Amino acid sequence: MEDHWEPKILAFLCNWCSYAGADLAGTSRIQYPPNIRVIRVPCSGRINPLFILKALQSGIDGVLVSGCHPGDCHYISGNYVGRRKSATLKRFLEYLGFEEGRVQFSWVSAAEGGKFSQVVDEVTQDIKKLGPARRFVKKIGSQ
Amino acid sequence: MIQKKIREKAKELLEKKVVDLIVGFGEWTLPLRTTPIFIRTPEGADHLIWNSFCENNLATYLHKFSHFKVGVVVKGCDARSITALSLEKRFKPGQLYLIGVPCQRMVDRRRVKKAVKGEILRAGEQGDQIIVEGEDFKTALRREDFLYPSCQVCIHRTPRQANVLVGDPVEETPMVETHPEIKEFEKKSPEERWDFFEKESSRCIRCYACREVCPMCYCAECFVDSSNPKWIEKSLSPSDIEFYHIVRAYHQTGRCSGCGACERACPMEIRLTYLTQKLNQDVKELFSFETGIEAETPPPLSTYDIEDRQEFIK
Repeated sequence: MEDHWEPKILAFLCNWCSYAGADLAGTSRIQYPPNIRVIRVPCSGRINPLFILKALQSGIDGVLVSGCHPGDCHYISGNYVGRRKSATLKRFLEYLGFEEGRVQFSWVSAAEGGKFSQVVDEVTQDIKKLGPARRFVKKIGSQ
Repeated sequence: MIQKKIREKAKELLEKKVVDLIVGFGEWTLPLRTTPIFIRTPEGADHLIWNSFCENNLATYLHKFSHFKVGVVVKGCDARSITALSLEKRFKPGQLYLIGVPCQRMVDRRRVKKAVKGEILRAGEQGDQIIVEGEDFKTALRREDFLYPSCQVCIHRTPRQANVLVGDPVEETPMVETHPEIKEFEKKSPEERWDFFEKESSRCIRCYACREVCPMCYCAECFVDSSNPKWIEKSLSPSDIEFYHIVRAYHQTGRCSGCGACERACPMEIRLTYLTQKLNQDVKELFSFETGIEAETPPPLSTYDIEDRQEFIK
């Protein structure tokens, strides 16, 4: 069971760009690693840092947050606000000792099916190198 | 003397009914400590004191007094918290009157207790010395050797945006090279850092003293108490404790004045300022923002800049 571990990666994709980009990757039949689970959010600015922390606590091995390119946000400035939150959260988590590369961020537009599959590929490789989630995972029944 | 000026100002404000209430520091029963007091009459102003044990951040009490005009005795850090709260629109215009006291840095009562053998029964100040007395000892300690870490790194000790200053402004330089705690922590490897954080937070009993004492923690429903969505459980599992500390610190991004009240309030003596100082440092580096310095600059996470850094984004 343990000798072939496959990472479980949560991908928060903004509805208007990244999710559509992922959809395009699918319809174009581009092959990319199957390790991601997608959660569609209206905007990358919707991401509450608690989502990422809750994911890491549940044993998720990696988190990807992806949104529209700067200037292209459907809600005008959501991705800018999300950018600030992402920057501060990433630095804080790495300061605390979370491995660099567990939480990653990208801009993927609705036309970038190729880029999406490339990003997922890179993130999956990075998480495979880091190994299963170790920090912070909540074990049931522990004290 | 600063104490005399504070009392005179408070008396004047209450007599002229500029304020309904003064929040300041008063004498209480334990050595090395003062207590926050709430004065409503001019005669009561004589209870106000000022010394090196006035460590509380009084801004935390202002959330209860939205129907009063309140005068507050503020140090540098208290004034920064109040400015940050004003940006979050917690006060009506003209509701507060700030009696600004340039801060001489506060004495770390825990380190003083550890420096003597025996229970301290009385403590006082004389010039640059702290005199502590017990049943069979009386020692004089150099004040400068026993200051709080958060006070040692503090730069803006003269309250800005105060209505009146009852002392001469003090120089805006830290006692130590900025952020020795952060530098110390960053020398460790990621594994060591997580181990340190886990070990520190393992003592946590979830009393939430840190949250209660923090002026910026005023949410009607704290994320901890939320049951829908339920972010964390009220258990002592290490993961939940770590979640609490990470998020409480993170919720101070761009809001924390660095007063250190959280660390001082913790009954388990958990180190906390190495977390909030790091967030303050990042906010300064990324967004050129320092909490409580400018009264007009919006908080960093409620605004954006088109040119914000994004080298970490694929």
